[in-house]
Amino acid sequence: MKKIILSLALALGVVAGAHASGGDTIAWDKAPNKTNDLAALQNGARLFVNHCLNCHSAAYMRFNRLKDIGLSEQQIKDNLLFTTEKVGDTMKANIDPKQAKEWFGANPPDLTVIARSRAGHGGTGADYLYTYMRTFYRDETKATGWNNLVFPNVGMPHVLWELQGVRRAVFEERDEHGHKVEVFKGWEQITPGTLTPEQYDQAMADLVGYLQWMGEPAQNQRVRLGLFVMLFLLGFMYIAWRLNASYWKDIK
Amino acid sequence: MAEFKEISPNASVGEKLLNWVDNRFPASKMYKEHLSEYYAPKNFNFWYFFGSLALLVLVIQIVTGIFLVMHYKPDANLAFGSVEYIMRDVPWGWLIRYMHSTGASAFFIVVYLHMYRGLIYGSYRKPRELVWVFGCAIFLCLMAEAFMGYLLPWGQMSYWGAQVIVNLFAAVPFVGPDLALLIRGDYVVSDATLNRFFSFHVIAVPLVLLGLVVAHIIALHEVGSNNPDGVEIKGPNAPKDANGHPLDGVPFHPYYSVHDILGVSGFLLVFSAIIFFAPEFGGYFLEYNNFIPADPLKTPAHIAPVWYFTPFYSMLRAITSEMMYALILCVLAGAYLGVTRFKLPATVKAGVLGAAVALVLMMWSIDAKFWGVVVMGGAVVILFFLPWLDNCEVKSIRYRPDWHKYLYGIFVVNFVILAYLGVQPPSPVGERVSQVGTLFYFGFFLLMPWWSRLGQTKPVPDRVTFTPH
Amino acid sequence: MSDTPVDNSKRTWLIASGCAGAVGGVAVAVPFVSTFQPSEKAKAAGAAVEVDIAGLKPGEKITVEWRGKPVWIVKRTPEQIESLNKTESQLADPKSERKPSELTPEYARNQARSIKPEIFVGVGICTHLGCSPSDKFQTGAQASLPDDWQGGFLCPCHGSTFDMAGRVFKNKPAPDNLEIPPHMYLSDTKLLIGEDKKA
Repeated sequence: MKKIILSLALALGVVAGAHASGGDTIAWDKAPNKTNDLAALQNGARLFVNHCLNCHSAAYMRFNRLKDIGLSEQQIKDNLLFTTEKVGDTMKANIDPKQAKEWFGANPPDLTVIARSRAGHGGTGADYLYTYMRTFYRDETKATGWNNLVFPNVGMPHVLWELQGVRRAVFEERDEHGHKVEVFKGWEQITPGTLTPEQYDQAMADLVGYLQWMGEPAQNQRVRLGLFVMLFLLGFMYIAWRLNASYWKDIK
Repeated sequence: MAEFKEISPNASVGEKLLNWVDNRFPASKMYKEHLSEYYAPKNFNFWYFFGSLALLVLVIQIVTGIFLVMHYKPDANLAFGSVEYIMRDVPWGWLIRYMHSTGASAFFIVVYLHMYRGLIYGSYRKPRELVWVFGCAIFLCLMAEAFMGYLLPWGQMSYWGAQVIVNLFAAVPFVGPDLALLIRGDYVVSDATLNRFFSFHVIAVPLVLLGLVVAHIIALHEVGSNNPDGVEIKGPNAPKDANGHPLDGVPFHPYYSVHDILGVSGFLLVFSAIIFFAPEFGGYFLEYNNFIPADPLKTPAHIAPVWYFTPFYSMLRAITSEMMYALILCVLAGAYLGVTRFKLPATVKAGVLGAAVALVLMMWSIDAKFWGVVVMGGAVVILFFLPWLDNCEVKSIRYRPDWHKYLYGIFVVNFVILAYLGVQPPSPVGERVSQVGTLFYFGFFLLMPWWSRLGQTKPVPDRVTFTPH
Repeated sequence: MSDTPVDNSKRTWLIASGCAGAVGGVAVAVPFVSTFQPSEKAKAAGAAVEVDIAGLKPGEKITVEWRGKPVWIVKRTPEQIESLNKTESQLADPKSERKPSELTPEYARNQARSIKPEIFVGVGICTHLGCSPSDKFQTGAQASLPDDWQGGFLCPCHGSTFDMAGRVFKNKPAPDNLEIPPHMYLSDTKLLIGEDKKA
C-alpha cells in the first residue's frame, strides 16, 4: 500500500517539474556557476559598483563584506567606495529615489536579494538575471528606447549597451490556435560593442555570479559547515542506534 | 504539614537534597509516573517517533524564535531589513533564521505524520478521545501560529497571503467586514496588523500551544499509549508480571528515551541536510516572492499559501457557485437518509428536516465565497469528531478489512493531490479535481459511521506482535 | 543497584552517546551565544572616525562623535601646555596611574596625556556620573572655580574640575582623569579616533 502512495507521489513530482517556464517570454539560459570563482566574483563586484549602484541600491550589503570574496579593505577603499567614505557602510544608490521614480516610472528595485527573488519555474534567479542582462534590444516605441525579451516593457534602459553594442531583436509572425503571435527568431547587431559577444557573456556571468553571491554571502560557509554537520550526525546516529540496541536486546 | 519522609543520616548529599525536594514537590513521584514507571507498549514502530519529534521541533522553534526576536523589528518599514540584518550582520544569524524557517515546515511534516499514525492505529478511540481532541486543538493553534509568523518577514507573499486570508473573514455575512477590520486594525493589512500578529506569534499562541501540549501528554499518560495492534496492554484482562507491570509494556525510561534519541538523530540528519544544503527547498520552505519587500500597490501574479495550508486552500477554491448545487444535493441526501434510516422520534425528524431546509436556503442565498470559508474551516473541525465517527469494532488498520487499507491510501493520495492543486494557479481541470477531492475528503469522515462497519474484520490478538531485536 | 552486574554494552554506548551529545551540544550552543556579539552594523557604527585638524587654531576645541561618545580635540597654546606643570600638586592622579588600561593608552602616559603635546584628544564625559564638562579655558577667578584657575574643564552637574590634560583635581566627586580614546595620526593633519594600530 505504501508503495502505491510513494509511486503516485513521485509521479506527481515529475508532472510538477515538467511544467514549462512562464508564458510569453523566452526560456532562460543557464547561468555559469561562479560561486567558487573569486576572480569572477571580484570582477562582478567591480561591474556592479561601477554600473548598477548609480540607480540601484543594495541596501543590506556592506562594502566590507567584500572581504569574503578575497578583496582587502584597502582594495575596497581604493576602487569601490564611490557613494560613501566608510568601508563599513551599506551600498546605497547614487540616485535620489524620488527622481528615479520620476524618470523611470518606478523606483529601481533594491538588488541585494534580487537573485533569490527571481527564481521560478524557468530556473534559478541567476539564470533569469543572466538571460535578462543579455537580451536587451533596441525598441524606438519605448520611452527609454530599449526593450527586453525576458522582461517585456521593462523601465530599465540597456545600461551596458556600450559593452554589448546595439542589437535589434528579429521577430517572426506565426499562427497559433488561429491568432497571430510574434515569436523571437534571432539577433541583428546594429553597432558593435567594445566587447565581443563571448566577452560580454563572460562579463555578465561574472556580474550575475556576484549578484548570486551577494544574495546570500554566507552560502559557501553554509555548505562547508553542512558537510561537517552531516558527518557528525551520521556518526551520532550510529552511536544512537547501538545505544538503542543495547537496551532493547533485553526485551523479549 | 503532611508526613515528611525521613531519610537516614548516612545518606549521600544528593539523596538528602532529593528528599528535601520530594517532601515539598512531587519530583520523584512525577519522574516515576511519567518516565521510569510509565509503561508503554513494547511494539512501537517507526510511526511512533513523530510525537517526540513534534515536541523537539516545538522546542527548536521556541529557542530559535527567542534569538530571532533579539534582532527582528516588528515595524512595516523595518521588518524586511531586519531579517536581512539577521542574515548578514548578526554573527551566525543566517543559521538561526534557516533553523526557524525549516523548523516551521518540519513542524507540519512531523505533525501530519503524527496525525496519520493516530488515524491508522485508532489512537483516537475510547478512552483516548480527549488526547485526540487536544491534538486537534494543537493543530488549529499551529496553523494560526504559522500563518501569523509568515507575515513577519513582510515580503510580498507575507503581505498578500495575509491580505487574502483576512479578507476571507470579510466573507462572513453581516459581521464579516467589521470582523476583518478588527483583525487587521486598519483598512488594509498594515503596520498595525504586523504588530498584533507579532504579539500573537511570539507570546500568545506559544503559551496556548505549550498548555495544550502539556494537556495532550497528561491525557495520554492518564489512559496509557495505544500501539500498532490496538491491543490494550493495561486493561483488566491484560497479562501482568509479578510486580503488576504490563507484560507487553516497557518503562518509557530508559527504553523509549533511548529509542527516541535514535529518532531524533535521524530527524536531525534530514533537518540539517535541508538547512545547510537547500534551505529554500525549491521555493517551498522559503518562497522566492518573499525576497521582494511587501508592496501594497503591486499584487504578485500568483498568490499561494505556504505548502502546509494548500490542501485546505484547494478546498476553499473548490467551492464555486456551481459546487454549491452539489453541496445542496448532499445536504438534502443527508437529511433524507437521516430521516428514513434511523429510528428517531417524530419531533427530532421534523427538526432535522427543518434544519436541512434552513441550511439549503442559506446556501442558496449566501455567496459561495462564504461557504468556501466554511468548508475550509470545516475540513479542520471535522477532525475533532473522528472518535465518534469511527464505528469499526477494531481499532488498528492491521485487523481491519483489506479494502480499508486502500481507502486510507486513497485518502492520503487525495490529500496530496489537493495540496498540489493548491500551489498551482486555478485551472478548469484543477477546479474539477479539487471539487471531487473535497467531496471525497468530507465523505471519508461523514460517511465513516457507515463504511467503518462494513467488511470482515480480522481477529485481534490478545498480545501485541513483537519480535525481539 | 550494585547487585546486578554491569552491562558492558549499555555502558559503552552510554558513554559514547554522552560524549557525542556533549560535543554536539557545545557545537550548537556556540552559534546561539555568538549572536550576542556586536553585529556588523554595530561594528560599523563603532568604527574609527577620521578627523581633519588642519584648520584647528591654537586654543580652539572641536568635538567629534565616536561610539556614541563626544571626543574633544583641543589645540593647546604654549601657555596651556605650561599650565600642566602648575596644576600638578592639586591633582588627584597627576601621573595617570589609576586604571591605566581603561583610561590612558601607553602613548598618552605622559604629562600632556597625548601623542603630540599641542593636540589633546580626550573623551568629553565626566568620570563621576557621565555629564559632559564645559570648557573653562579662561584663566583666573570665576564662578565655581578657584582664584588660581589655570584653564581646563568644569562639569556643571556636580562641580568636578579637570586641567588642560583632562586630569581631575583633588577632592572632587569625579574619581578619575578623563578617558583618552585609542587614536593615531594618519598624517600631520589627519587624526584617526578609535584605532591605534594599523588594522
